Amino acid sequence: MTAFRALLIRDMRLAFRAGGGASLAAAFFALVAALVPFGVGADLILLGRIAGGVLWVSAALAALLSLDRLFQADYEDGSLDVLLLSPLQLEAGAAAKILAHWLTTGLPLVVLSPVLGLLLNLPAPGYLALIGSLLIGTPALSGVGAIGAALTLSIRRGGLILALIVLPLITPALIFGAGAVTDALDGTGRGAFLFLAAFSVAAVGLSPFAAAAAVRLNLGG
Amino acid sequence: MITFLANPKRFVDFSNVIAPWLAVLAAMLLGVGFYWALVVTPPDYQQGQSVKIMFVHVPAAYMGIMVYGAMAVASLTGLVFRHPLADVAAKSAAPLGAAFTALALLTGSLWGRPMWGTFWQWGDARLVSELILLFIYLGYIALWNAIDDPVRAAKAAAILSLVGAADVPIIHFSVDWWNTLHQPASIVRPGGPTIDRSFLVPLLIMMAGYTVLFAWLWLVRMQTEIFERRARSLMMARGA
Repeated sequence: MTAFRALLIRDMRLAFRAGGGASLAAAFFALVAALVPFGVGADLILLGRIAGGVLWVSAALAALLSLDRLFQADYEDGSLDVLLLSPLQLEAGAAAKILAHWLTTGLPLVVLSPVLGLLLNLPAPGYLALIGSLLIGTPALSGVGAIGAALTLSIRRGGLILALIVLPLITPALIFGAGAVTDALDGTGRGAFLFLAAFSVAAVGLSPFAAAAAVRLNLGG
Repeated sequence: MITFLANPKRFVDFSNVIAPWLAVLAAMLLGVGFYWALVVTPPDYQQGQSVKIMFVHVPAAYMGIMVYGAMAVASLTGLVFRHPLADVAAKSAAPLGAAFTALALLTGSLWGRPMWGTFWQWGDARLVSELILLFIYLGYIALWNAIDDPVRAAKAAAILSLVGAADVPIIHFSVDWWNTLHQPASIVRPGGPTIDRSFLVPLLIMMAGYTVLFAWLWLVRMQTEIFERRARSLMMARGA
């Protein structure tokens, strides 16, 4: 547990101190959301309808932004080999990295989302659903993203392939997350939150194993 | 059977014998199927002649899923038994699956134009799922090509295909769920109008034809991959 906490704190420190970390992903998230009205026009009713979907797509893209360095930086400077040899299970190490990624990328998006909801004129009943769905769903983005990051860690400029791998796999989170907001606006109950939670639990629970297997193969194990 | 064929040399000998027969069988099935589907069957009372796109579209969509299943099984075999031939099998299947999926999307949208008045209908859950499946195939192929070391590339791609195999049913379910709000406009729905007998038999022949065609192309691609690897190792041996 000490090793897990040490790795978590190290990764979060690196994210905060090097390259802007958390604030960078949040700024990207806000920027994408702010660009949408320029693309679709200033119609406030239309913006309010699509706000939930726009913010979910922006969140998925913002989560991708910092993923390509999740394992690659440690692979290049050799600390991934140290991690492999340490008594901490590699699966636990991957879980710590996923948690650190979520705390530095996913959580800031959740905190920022109501402000962007205001910006896009999201109607009042949608806020709780927006915050709740992002809170439940963004860990799945970090989890599935970590699998992609581990698979592509040895590829130089693997960012594009990472996006091609990860984005199709996370469509369920996007559908249920944006659906939860739509349901809240329309008053339709289709169990979006339950499906989103189920997907998230499965993704977060299984991804450390897949990511650890991918790291092992890349280290020649 | 599997252990007998696990030897690449024996596999090449075996597929040399069987591949021409598969080619002939595929040509026969597809020939009969096309003639039956395009000439013999009557036009649909609602859709007219455009219903005949179904005979190209439905088997292609079915193959898109089946090939992914074959690829995932080969990947699992490769990961568990660490056998290179299974990796070759998975690698060779992917572009074929992507091609079948792309064909399904193309014919689906061509069919959609007379049916829905639009080339693309987000309301059709199966078509949308096929689109995402195509992206998964493309990611798989891209990952294979991006990693130089074939052993590592095979393992990485195998993990990806297994993750995808777990995810594809969830994606289909989520797209289906998403559609409940849009009032689906799908053509053949479970519990909806069933296919007439005169359409079902040629459709099944076409499906069998596509399957044998895939089996033939798969064997040929696997052979090519084996020869390519052999050539590469010969070249490296000469260079060293």
